[in-house]
Amino acid sequence: MIEIKNLHKSYKMGSNSLHVLKGINFSVEEGELVAIMGSSGSGKSTLLNILGMLDGADSGEYNLDNVPIKDLNETKAAQYRNKFLGFVFQSFNLINYKNAMENVALPLYYQKVNRKERQEKSLKYLDQVGLKEWATHLPSELSGGQKQRVAIARAMAAEPKVLLADEPTGALDSKTSYEVMDLIQKINDEGNTILVVTHEPDIAEMCKRIVHLKDGVIVEDKKVEQVRAEQYV
Amino acid sequence: MWLFDKDLWVEIFHTLGKNMFRTFLTMLGVIFAMIILVLLLGSANGMSNGFDKVFAGTASNSLFVWGQSTSEPYKGFERGRRIRYKIEDADILKKQIPEIEVLAPRIELGSHRGIVSVYRKGQTSGSAVYGDYPEIDNITKKKLVEGRFLNNTDIKESKKVCVIGEETYKLLFEKGEKAIGQDIRINGIFFSVVGIFKPNNNINIDGENAVFIPFTTFQKAFNSGDRMGWMAIAVEPTTKVTFVEKQIKDILKQKYNIHPDDERAIGSFDMSEIFNNISAFTGVLKGFSFFVGMFTLLAGVIAISNILLITVKERTKEIGVRRALGATPKVVKRQIVVEAIVLTAFAGLIGFAISVGFLAIANSLWGSGDDFPFVKPMVSIPQFTISFLLMVTLSVLIGLIPANRAIRIRPIEALREE
Repeated sequence: MIEIKNLHKSYKMGSNSLHVLKGINFSVEEGELVAIMGSSGSGKSTLLNILGMLDGADSGEYNLDNVPIKDLNETKAAQYRNKFLGFVFQSFNLINYKNAMENVALPLYYQKVNRKERQEKSLKYLDQVGLKEWATHLPSELSGGQKQRVAIARAMAAEPKVLLADEPTGALDSKTSYEVMDLIQKINDEGNTILVVTHEPDIAEMCKRIVHLKDGVIVEDKKVEQVRAEQYV
Repeated sequence: MWLFDKDLWVEIFHTLGKNMFRTFLTMLGVIFAMIILVLLLGSANGMSNGFDKVFAGTASNSLFVWGQSTSEPYKGFERGRRIRYKIEDADILKKQIPEIEVLAPRIELGSHRGIVSVYRKGQTSGSAVYGDYPEIDNITKKKLVEGRFLNNTDIKESKKVCVIGEETYKLLFEKGEKAIGQDIRINGIFFSVVGIFKPNNNINIDGENAVFIPFTTFQKAFNSGDRMGWMAIAVEPTTKVTFVEKQIKDILKQKYNIHPDDERAIGSFDMSEIFNNISAFTGVLKGFSFFVGMFTLLAGVIAISNILLITVKERTKEIGVRRALGATPKVVKRQIVVEAIVLTAFAGLIGFAISVGFLAIANSLWGSGDDFPFVKPMVSIPQFTISFLLMVTLSVLIGLIPANRAIRIRPIEALREE
């Protein structure tokens, strides 16, 4: 599903250049649940941004579902993001004046799905995250966990190839974190490919594979016995 | 065509509607600008209508011709000879100059602008007394308060009738007294009053204290023979008054042996000149108010652009999320521009409604135009359409500024955690 070869990325900081990713080689099969770990400054967010086509690499190859991701202009990148990727952010990033259902429907709007189908689909995905009754509530009326579940429903609504979650539990307490992870595990059980960036070891343990980043290189890449989040909920 | 994409409109109205306060503040500038534009234009129109009303009843393409004294000796005549026209001149001019539509000869009792004593039951008024043809009414319309103006039967039968001015009526009659059918006496001859006219509150050539009697009656009663005092002439609308004026003067100069270069012998007054001046004035006024209004509107639209620019900054995160979810730069740009257009158009309409209300109030207060030239202050549909289209075009151009700012926001920067 994802293939990365010798990926480099550096940022210019004034006259210095900061080499963030120093040759990443990495691939993800369909249906995997991968945790990307590392301390801050290890390059994990940069890697996720490149995977998410929010940022471009300096050199190296990136293939997503056998489509080479290279030299994208903004329009093309937006279309690929819409088609291939679902995003879950640490701070949820729901649009505050749209209710839960409208937030979930937004990627479908950009897919030019008609209104009726949008509503049906977004209700379906809200139901999947257990928030159907909250469909008409604004984000301000939802708890943190609920917001993140709406965000996950939004990411899933576009039926992406890969779900990218950037510290999805970073702003949540541990109980809610496990609820969110439980949801992510269940989505993964259905065969969806998911990448989770985290620095919390217990969250990483709930994935099927942990990739450890340090100073811009992968120092460890191991399959793990998945800890089910269900038991903590 | 995206313009008819229902989803786009739903999305835009949703965004604007959910942020009512911001939307309202954004629109204020254009609302005020539109009010100013419409009030300015409406007042200019009101003024123009007011002038039109003042001149209503006066044929605009007309001139008056009278005789003065010669200033050059010619063909053995000395200078300073008084020119007196004959009634036959009227027919000669009409026959030779086809551009003349109406020619009304007139004769005055006494000298020019002279005052004659008019008596009735011991009361006297010093009035101007004119012998007239009914045609004069086509050139300077008389507002009749009561009765009728002179007609052709009066002329044919030389009836001893007269039409008097309101001022004359006040001098000769008691308040509320019926004047129609009553007799007044001029130079010992009795005339029966058939009509009373009111000053037109416009260019008043005849004055309010005046008595009109049929031309033919005048000839017999005051023994004026074939003399004619002056002529009021209406010229075809398509012909320039100066052109006819010159022909008339040439014919008269030849007939009365006046030196061709004598400018003083024939007096004339070109009415169209006044009209042209005034319509030029109101035209400039309209143009100026349109100009000022448009710039006010431009300022209003720039205000919208400014506030959209601020909201784009405020909405950085939202736009970043939209971009991450697959909004292409084009879609984001379109949304911001259409927001600008909708805001401007809506604000424009609100401003228009408010200002039309103001104009309606102004109209009911002062719109009768009795005290000063101000009648039916309102904007015309073409004026409104042009300013509205210009405004929307401006809003597209100016909406592009915040729109371009919005698409320069890179999703990665917008989504960066603080």
